[in-house]
Amino acid sequence: MGNITEKSFKGKDLVSIRDLSKEEILFILNYAKKFENYRGNLLSGKILATIFYEPSTRTRLSFESSMLSLGGKVLGFSSSSSSSVSKGESLWDTVKTVEGYADIIVIRHPLEGAARLASEASSIPVINGGDGANQHPTQTLLDLYTISKVREGLDNFKIGFLGDLKYGRTVHSLVQALLNFDCDFYFISPEVLSLPLGFKEEIRAEGKSFVETENLLDVLSQLDILYVTRIQRERFPDPMEYEKVKNVYIITPDILKDVKKDLKILHPMPRVNEILKEVDKLPYAEYFNQSKNGVTIRKALISLLLGVTL
Amino acid sequence: MKENDKTIKVSKLKNGTVIDHLKPGTAIKALHVLGIEGGNAISIGMYFESEKMGKKDILKIENKELKPHEVNKIALISPNATLSIIENYEVKKKRRAYLPDVIEGIVKCGNPNCITNYENIRTKFYVIKVSNGEIKLRCHYCERVFKKDEVELI
Repeated sequence: MGNITEKSFKGKDLVSIRDLSKEEILFILNYAKKFENYRGNLLSGKILATIFYEPSTRTRLSFESSMLSLGGKVLGFSSSSSSSVSKGESLWDTVKTVEGYADIIVIRHPLEGAARLASEASSIPVINGGDGANQHPTQTLLDLYTISKVREGLDNFKIGFLGDLKYGRTVHSLVQALLNFDCDFYFISPEVLSLPLGFKEEIRAEGKSFVETENLLDVLSQLDILYVTRIQRERFPDPMEYEKVKNVYIITPDILKDVKKDLKILHPMPRVNEILKEVDKLPYAEYFNQSKNGVTIRKALISLLLGVTL
Repeated sequence: MKENDKTIKVSKLKNGTVIDHLKPGTAIKALHVLGIEGGNAISIGMYFESEKMGKKDILKIENKELKPHEVNKIALISPNATLSIIENYEVKKKRRAYLPDVIEGIVKCGNPNCITNYENIRTKFYVIKVSNGEIKLRCHYCERVFKKDEVELI
């Protein structure tokens, strides 16, 4: 893997999956394996600040769980109303202040580009925990980690993306990251929520092709991975349009009858009704493991960026 | 002869910079983009006859030698613009404006949800040259990609 070592990441930020090369991604995924069951005092004396300008359950808790599992401590706020933002403080100033209180920062912000700005303000590492509709790189890494775990690698598989492919930032980042690898893309969505043109151009520019369809059953039996996302009612300009498609993309035990034996279903969560609870007990359901992998990958990242490694 | 006309207009400037072949109607915007304020005498010509372009704008800035990287910003609004440095009535250097790889502080991000539209920061865009010659800009902050005509100048 070239010259990449654990030290290559020390002091760096993780703002966008674009910032990572294929080799760096593979290094992180491989390094993360060490953290699967790790609990200890590797980061004893270190502090993680979580500055969350909008609510999040999974991301904030899994970062906190990661830091606590590594023996570190956490502090932070979880909505802008409980911080100085409500007094009109700029993001820049908040970050400059928090860098004096902690060793590493995780930021979630409703505005796109906020994490990049925070990383420029901060002299300590910044991890993007989601900036509006833009990036959520630790989600992408945990998705990649989950796929590589169930597929034993990131090449030679067929992945279908289902649901809201227009606004779904997890889909966009994962597609971008997977362009580094050898897999086939299937995009399944109502036309109004199809993958933006720019991403399709990016795929073609890499010399790859993809299948686009509105009908899940057309392609379901060919897939190795099905990545399900939630379709939000508010995305539809016309509520009638929503009514038409809302049930078409619901995963039930019934529609899984003819799928490949080793199909795995992923979902960035939270789900509403797009995967029925009855599916949870089927061998295809991977989404809760996927959530759990989030802690593993975040432990590995915090360790790498702080330069205190296992 | 149009070429002679142009030569006369250029040679009237003793020392300074002539920016020629600006897209018609963009001269004032170009001045703004260059950020030239006061001090130097500036002649603005708009909608001049041009053999190549039909119509064109032209800017003459006296006693100021613009650096290529300054004029390159002009390429964003007028890709065919040319830059002539005049010394003692002679054209000392002539070159075309060339769009730089990174554009800072002159374009407003078209994404209303971009942090640059809320915090007081200098914008930064990466220029992407698509194979068909089209120019696109990617915001350094929100990473959104825009066609050249989808963005506004600050």
